[in-house]
Amino acid sequence: MTQIREGALALADGTSFEGELIGAEVDVTSGEVVFNTVLSGYQEVITDPSYAGQIINFTYPHIGNYGVTGADDEAKRPFCRGVVVRELSRRRSNWRSEGDLDTYLRSEGIPGISGVDTRRLTRHVRENGAMPAAFGSASLEQLTKAASMEPGTTGVDLVSAVTTSKAYKVDGGDFRVVAYDLGIKKSIVEQLSEIATVFVVPAHTTSDEVLALEPHGVFLSNGPGDPMMAGQVVTALSALLGKVPVFGICLGHQILSLALGGKSYKMKFGHHGGNVPVRNLDNGRIEITSQNHNFAIESGSIPGVTETHVCLNDGALEGLRCNDIPAFSVQYHPEASPGPHDSRYLFQQFADLMTSFHGSPK
Amino acid sequence: MPRRDDIQSILIIGSGPIVIGQACEFDYSGTQACRVLRDEGYRIILANSNPATIMTDPEFADATYIEPLEVDVLTAIIERERPDAILPTLGGQTALNLAIELVESGVLEEYDVEMIGASGEAIATAEDRDLFRQAMEQIGLKCARSGIAHTMDEAMTVVEEIGLPVIIRPAYILGGKGTAFAHSVEEFESVAALGLKASPISEILIEQSIKGWKEYELEVMRDHADNCVVICSIENVDPMGVHTGDSITVAPAQTLSDVEYQEMRNAAFACIRRVGVETGGSNVQFAVHPETGEQIVIEMNPRVSRSSALASKATGFPIAKIAARLAVGYRLDEITNDITEKTPASFEPTIDYVVTKIPRWAFEKLPGASGVLGPQMQSVGEAMSIGRTFPESLQKGIRSLEQGRSGLNADPGESQYLKQDEAELLSAIAVPTAERLFQIGELMRRGISIDQIYIACAIDSWFLDQMLLIVEERLHLEQSDLSSLTKMEWRRAKQLGFSDAQLAYLLKAQEVDVRSERLAKGVRTTFKTVDTCAAEFDAITPYHYSTYEDEDEIRQGTRPRMMILGSGPNRIGQGIEFDYCCVHASFALEEAGYETIMLNCNPETVSTDYDTSDRLYFEPLTLEDVLNVIDAENPVGVIVSLGGQTPLKLASELPTELVCGTSPDSIDLAEDRERWNSLCAQLEIPQPPGGTAVTFEEASQICKRVGFPVLVRPSYVLGGRAMTIVYDLQELEEAMKELAEFGGLGREGGLSADRPVLVDRFLEDAIEVDVDSIRDHTGDFVLGGILEHVEEAGVHSGDSACAIPPPNLSPETQEVIIEYTQRLAERLEVVGLLNVQFAVKQGQVFVIEANPRASRTVPFIAKATGVQLAKVAARVMAGETLEELRGLGALPEPIREGHVAVKEAVLPFQRFPDVDTVLGPEMRSTGEVMGIDRTFGLAFAKSQIAAGEALPLSGTIFFSLADRDKDQGLEAARGFVELGFTLAATSGTAEFLDSNGVHVETVVAKLSEEGREISAGVDAVELIGAGQVRLVVNTPRGRGPRSDGYRIRFASTAHKVPCLTTVAAARAAAVGLREWMSNPLTVRSLQEFLTHEVPTK
Repeated sequence: MTQIREGALALADGTSFEGELIGAEVDVTSGEVVFNTVLSGYQEVITDPSYAGQIINFTYPHIGNYGVTGADDEAKRPFCRGVVVRELSRRRSNWRSEGDLDTYLRSEGIPGISGVDTRRLTRHVRENGAMPAAFGSASLEQLTKAASMEPGTTGVDLVSAVTTSKAYKVDGGDFRVVAYDLGIKKSIVEQLSEIATVFVVPAHTTSDEVLALEPHGVFLSNGPGDPMMAGQVVTALSALLGKVPVFGICLGHQILSLALGGKSYKMKFGHHGGNVPVRNLDNGRIEITSQNHNFAIESGSIPGVTETHVCLNDGALEGLRCNDIPAFSVQYHPEASPGPHDSRYLFQQFADLMTSFHGSPK
Repeated sequence: MPRRDDIQSILIIGSGPIVIGQACEFDYSGTQACRVLRDEGYRIILANSNPATIMTDPEFADATYIEPLEVDVLTAIIERERPDAILPTLGGQTALNLAIELVESGVLEEYDVEMIGASGEAIATAEDRDLFRQAMEQIGLKCARSGIAHTMDEAMTVVEEIGLPVIIRPAYILGGKGTAFAHSVEEFESVAALGLKASPISEILIEQSIKGWKEYELEVMRDHADNCVVICSIENVDPMGVHTGDSITVAPAQTLSDVEYQEMRNAAFACIRRVGVETGGSNVQFAVHPETGEQIVIEMNPRVSRSSALASKATGFPIAKIAARLAVGYRLDEITNDITEKTPASFEPTIDYVVTKIPRWAFEKLPGASGVLGPQMQSVGEAMSIGRTFPESLQKGIRSLEQGRSGLNADPGESQYLKQDEAELLSAIAVPTAERLFQIGELMRRGISIDQIYIACAIDSWFLDQMLLIVEERLHLEQSDLSSLTKMEWRRAKQLGFSDAQLAYLLKAQEVDVRSERLAKGVRTTFKTVDTCAAEFDAITPYHYSTYEDEDEIRQGTRPRMMILGSGPNRIGQGIEFDYCCVHASFALEEAGYETIMLNCNPETVSTDYDTSDRLYFEPLTLEDVLNVIDAENPVGVIVSLGGQTPLKLASELPTELVCGTSPDSIDLAEDRERWNSLCAQLEIPQPPGGTAVTFEEASQICKRVGFPVLVRPSYVLGGRAMTIVYDLQELEEAMKELAEFGGLGREGGLSADRPVLVDRFLEDAIEVDVDSIRDHTGDFVLGGILEHVEEAGVHSGDSACAIPPPNLSPETQEVIIEYTQRLAERLEVVGLLNVQFAVKQGQVFVIEANPRASRTVPFIAKATGVQLAKVAARVMAGETLEELRGLGALPEPIREGHVAVKEAVLPFQRFPDVDTVLGPEMRSTGEVMGIDRTFGLAFAKSQIAAGEALPLSGTIFFSLADRDKDQGLEAARGFVELGFTLAATSGTAEFLDSNGVHVETVVAKLSEEGREISAGVDAVELIGAGQVRLVVNTPRGRGPRSDGYRIRFASTAHKVPCLTTVAAARAAAVGLREWMSNPLTVRSLQEFLTHEVPTK
């Protein structure tokens, strides 16, 4: 048996948990703790750049069962600050697997803590909201201090840490789409490339630089943290709206809303999972969606739009369409990965929007 | 679109008797459906032949027909009730098949009844193998490839298309004999040749072998707006090759990556859409190749199923209830999730624990059955367990089975594997059996690697590694002792699911000390909540399971709490009847103002519906687990006498002041043979003479005293386990030996002074009588009913047909029976139910035994008389008096006139063709049906039809009678001849009948010892095989595979010819047929039967 590394997790409010350290070895790691309720897809979650600045608490107790594989990475590396699990699988079993999760976390520098009563942690976060936390081998006192020093995600710029430093192109369909990388997931790029050649650009790219690429459409990706900290992108977008069709996902949806005059707010503990029911108000259909966001846009706060999607669990705004300009967005993740594929039609909807604006490409 | 207003009345079809493959889960789904659809304001008409169900309680439907589930009967019901719609998707395969027949016979069209929930076309697409395969291919999903061949050349062509390995099934061979696998071309050539030769029409089916592939199920729901959701994914621990009902299964799926899972989810939706199930729940099964990930669809069930009951209990999402509402027009998003009361049902549950289901088999009751698991389901019940991790859940599941095991080995039961060497064990685990799990555990204990074990058994190595965690912990614990374990070590062991009993074994201590030491170290059980959402939202419903974590979620109650201990997994002898009683207790105690707590581990049942009780604990029914819940809930009382032997066995170990009703001492008084005998003597109630014995010598002494034949049986078992009638000393010796070493009993500790064998004089040809009654704490007494058995004493009461009111007992005899019962109730200070069994011989009444608890007949009596005995008993046990209950209207006068009700047992012999069908003192029936009509004859005939043993209306009846049965048999034979039947008989029987003026048309040859006929002419087996016999009456002269009788009975099972093995049943059949043939079929609802007379009080 390998040596057990005892550790603890402390929340900013003084609550603590015992556990066993896994993954990368650190004295202290800190971040905002959020819970994710997926039953499968831990690797996609861990590598989703939107978790930058956060510690992910998995509600499903067995994590690591089917190992890891390069194909399931959503980014070049994980940006989360750590993972909390009830039980890390010692042995993995799946034909797709290339390695085990623990080794993966170590090599990616992501610390983890196992053996935690993750349900207690989830209930605590549910009742008290997403909050700063710290874990590691340090004393509980040090951990609690680290947690209380942790700034969380409100008013923090996390996008610049995850966006690509250089623009790059992914060949694909006939359209030309510029995709703002605010923390873009690989599977979004894949879905976009089904309809377009994708020019992935850094978050600080200006509207002129975007227009210079002569895109048929502009895509705004998901990303971490507070949309109010992405002012630069909001500015760029404002100059693009109306000139070119726009599609936004998650943080991209929030940025579009802000550019249109909407208001954002921080949710108590957000939506993080693969089972969230959303009604498409256009046709009444229910989509089971993959979600990952702590901030949201107030319903009714955005002028000139039709709200197209609503969350059935709590009534949160999940999607909108501009009335007079070619732009729409959703708060959830139609690319899934992990999660259900119910909403992949939105990428085709983006293609249709570009077609109606420009005519067929080429 | 909300509720449909264009329909007002709905006919719901139940699933009939409990049989293997169709158990309580359909009572659960049907009850839910009746409830919600009635709440929606529809008039509900229910048809189900099973009186032990909750759904057939008269208050669950507007018109309840306890009638045979046959097309002509349903037609009569439809004609009478004129329902607007029929809902066939909640009553299992039985209901679905009937619905198809009703469509095909034009009945639905004739009476303008709309089928809701599924269309005939959808059912056909899902049920017909070829149609299903074509449908799947159309939408790009793969099924197992297959082809048919009649020659070797054809066979070679087919196998080239399919690819090896394949499974070869010869056509028209009963029982799947000759089915074999081929992994190489050489093997294929020889197996295919053998198969072609074996098949009478020289035809073989060659199928791609998917044995060893991983098996999964998705529970899917769809509404009429085409919204689809997956409620639960299930992964089988046992790979393909074992029926999913016989597999250990786990929820959610453990070893699928999200990429694969979403592919499967998409396929499941495509499947339900293509098959065309417009609303409701379906179950789609998949196989996944472990090395390539190739996914194929195995089958889909366009209805709720056993798996959907499991999925409902596993997630807290009530599939049947939602399916019923979807069928009447609602959309998923229009229905609220009961658990959160805020979020809609249009979501996919997510869970934060692991659920394990383990089947329970009854091979010990079916000598002759091989015990090897395969594609046909053989288990009679199942336990479900919830743990935070798989090891915890697995170990809880094993101890939930109540088969004498406390977990994955580490208990006295493991000794049976110590004798086997590694090679034996490794070859043993290649064959799926009930023992495989424990054999794997033993191999791990000996250090055999997971890779080696995987090669042998093909169980996914993730599961094996999780099991290894348990075994490693066990090796660690063995090195420790009670006092030196640290809090962390205690917690670790408990988190891996070790029971206190296992820890006692490993630490060489007493279980009671383990408990106190553990509690002293501060390691307490914590209870978590099943909430459909992994704690994302607050759960309103208190549905809990135990684990060992930081936080406990039990909320304080406001009312005094009463706890009801359920009956655990279904088994032969303890099934739905006891769940019925527990559910009734819960309803009654809630009415009486208590907060009710249900503790049970059977996922099929109504009792484990979170709607049934105020609080539900899904826990094993062991002392440790029960005490943990008592500690958490502080109930004012615990009901132990309604769930069968399971809770009753615990009574003496629970805090005495908490045990409601009859005291544990009185329970012991009735069970302890010495005390019981002196009690009967004191009360001057005659009983067959007898005594108790631990050894053969003691037993033979008793026989000397009382004379043969004797009835030999162990104490403290239900369902007549290992009970036999013994005619001489040699048989006695065999019986005693069997009792001491018998697998099941030996495993539970064998014989001892505490658990002796009861040896009683057996009263031949006596009428057996069952009485259910209730006494309250003031001594007031009420009779529930007197049931007269159709089969004579010696056939287990659970396997015997019985009638109420008793057709052959004089009023005087009935008076004596009632008086004895009351005397016993008084002396035993019974508070609650008392069941007494009597034997009446030549007008003299003997008491056989008394059980101060609910009996199997309680629900039947309630349906027949309108008195809810279990409800009354529960309130009496909680302290109310019968007089008070009469005042409240909870105890009406029973309806005893105007109709006769007959209960008939349903036996599982079709599943076990090698098992002798002779009825005896060992109970083997899995379920029961009820026939109710104006007379005994009509009710009996209905009960036979309902049990699937419909009596023929013409043709030849074959008689073969034991000498002692001949006089009685004559009467039956004469009756049949008078009705126009012709007779066939063995020579001895024929001679006797002919000489008494009953003509036998065909005299058949005798079978020899070796099975070859001695005399010329056709023998009985050939006659039956040729389809020339419509009914067999064969009373046994001897048992065992060599006797003629066995071969005759075997032939009738194989050819599905009804077979009566007692002369009493033959007589009843003759009477029944006479009335049946001269009266038109009539159906009446239970509500009509029970309001025949206006209750006087």
